[in-house]
Amino acid sequence: MNIPEYTPALVVAIPLLGAFLTPLVGRVNDKLRNIFVILILAINAMLVALLSYDVLVNGIQTYIFGAKDLSYPIVRILFEVDAMSVFMAIIGSIVLLVAVIYSWAFMKENTGLDKYYTLILLLTAGMLGMMLTGDMFNFFVFLEITSISSCALIAFRTDSAESIEAAFKYIVVSAIGALFVLFAIALLYGQYDALNIAALSNAIQYTFLDKIALVLLIAALGMKSGIAPMHMWLPDSYGKAPATISLVLVSATLASLYGALRVIFTLYGNVLSTISNSGIPLNVSIGWLIIALAVVSIIIGVIMALIQSDFKRLIAYGAVAEIGYMFLAIGTGIAALGTQYGETALTGGIFHIMNDAMDVGLLFLVAGAIYYSTKESSLNKMGGFARNMKYTTILFIIGFLAVSGIPPMNGFASKLLIYESTFMLNPILAIIAILGSILLLAIFVKVFYSAFMGPEIPRFKNVKEVPKSMLFAMGIIACIIIFFGLFPELVITNIVEPAKNALMGYSGYVSQIVGGGI
Amino acid sequence: MIFNIPYIAVVALILIGLYAIIFKRNLIKIVIGVTLIESGVNLFLITLGYRTGSVAPIYTSKPQGANIMALPVPQALTLTSIVIGVAVLALMLSLVIFIYRHYGTLDVKKVRRLKE
Repeated sequence: MNIPEYTPALVVAIPLLGAFLTPLVGRVNDKLRNIFVILILAINAMLVALLSYDVLVNGIQTYIFGAKDLSYPIVRILFEVDAMSVFMAIIGSIVLLVAVIYSWAFMKENTGLDKYYTLILLLTAGMLGMMLTGDMFNFFVFLEITSISSCALIAFRTDSAESIEAAFKYIVVSAIGALFVLFAIALLYGQYDALNIAALSNAIQYTFLDKIALVLLIAALGMKSGIAPMHMWLPDSYGKAPATISLVLVSATLASLYGALRVIFTLYGNVLSTISNSGIPLNVSIGWLIIALAVVSIIIGVIMALIQSDFKRLIAYGAVAEIGYMFLAIGTGIAALGTQYGETALTGGIFHIMNDAMDVGLLFLVAGAIYYSTKESSLNKMGGFARNMKYTTILFIIGFLAVSGIPPMNGFASKLLIYESTFMLNPILAIIAILGSILLLAIFVKVFYSAFMGPEIPRFKNVKEVPKSMLFAMGIIACIIIFFGLFPELVITNIVEPAKNALMGYSGYVSQIVGGGI
Repeated sequence: MIFNIPYIAVVALILIGLYAIIFKRNLIKIVIGVTLIESGVNLFLITLGYRTGSVAPIYTSKPQGANIMALPVPQALTLTSIVIGVAVLALMLSLVIFIYRHYGTLDVKKVRRLKE
């Protein structure tokens, strides 16, 4: 099969074009606009699938915007797509497609939906751009596009004071984060006269300024991916945004996580395993730093989730714990670079990125479904929903079993890899990880009993099941969860392992640009 | 020393911005803090591309005898960054307007209806 070389550009360009066409289409008809947005994202998902096929079969793909000839001063931007990028892009496009299908019925009663869909498409463009780009400054631009559009989406319900407050918190945090990313990029640019990730990685010396840049990049991207102690914006914005936006925000957050991975493994890949500071190798010190933050995230996430009474806020704290699991695995992978269990940890961590987006996303959608039917978000006032909403109940059971890592759901497959590999590094880490999972299970069983079981509450006597389109959207995610849980080997060998190899083998990423003469 | 003044200004701007964000209670002042950091980073980018005695990088209108040009790439980066900064600023200020409508105050200590 012949896939055109400009596919990476199209993956970003189509949502961007769609974003600006949406208000025009919305003038004609609301239904037409919804179909148009779903169509745009479906086309985009197909393009991502084609691109993934191409990358997994033929290796790294590049697309050059600007000068192809090297004899002039080079003014150009590169898209460099490897297996890790397409892995993230697959997650992003599935999540976005599900979100717009769910929005059809869920957002029906809101006004200003033209803007809502425009912002969603802009966020898609920014998020996919972050994942596909091979240029640091371009990464910053897409990071800002993503944060601006997600902030506007968090504040979408402007009549609620809390959502405005959450949006303000989010924009301050992400603006500062993005500016520090830009400062770090400037530090690197000033030394090596390059913005391309591959060229920078090839030239990097690990000078004092590089250390500052590394710290700034990890701190800023870690803050944007919601790792403790920089997680405080996350429960607010996840909890107060509409449910579809919480789902989309999960994947936007994961894009920042991807940025952190790219910085550590590719940009500093050259020095990661060779440099050591006062006797401790660089990868060990970075790895243990990340592990420490991850453990704090898991503990804070589950403990704070225990005491929440708001459904979506509780899930958001669960999401903090899940972010902790990913960073725990990634930190173990970095600290044990070059060993067998280090690779297992990285595989588990990367697989968990996808599982987290699906599991937490499904729980947010269930919370949204309950809000849609009952206009109630406090767990204290819920009860007996299983009588009237049996499909939603089943979906919730699937979701919480997956989040707490119970077989046969997908969360089990990745968490098992994480337990195994962290045990090899330090048994205490595995104990904390398992304890976190058990607590998550306990929390969600409590939620299950208080919201779905129990006596019928007179106020909710006439609650109806949510519309079919919402059930369909949740059903897609539930199917993916069960499929991944039943056949984890299939997923791991086909997309997770190549992504891990792409991260570990930074030299392939570099030589594609620097040595290959592009 | 004299050539380092722009860099000192960069650090000063960023630190003042951080101070405003962390210690000031007025939301408008927090917004000002964010824009101060942004100005600092932009100034840093511009300073990186400048060389002593250089002229603006326009080939066609180069003055006679000028050989050194400032590097145009950081200037392009800065322009992009300024445009993004304006968008962020506008969004933040519109959120501040909404917060004032809902809470009737701009004091961060009083704008906390979200639970801990």
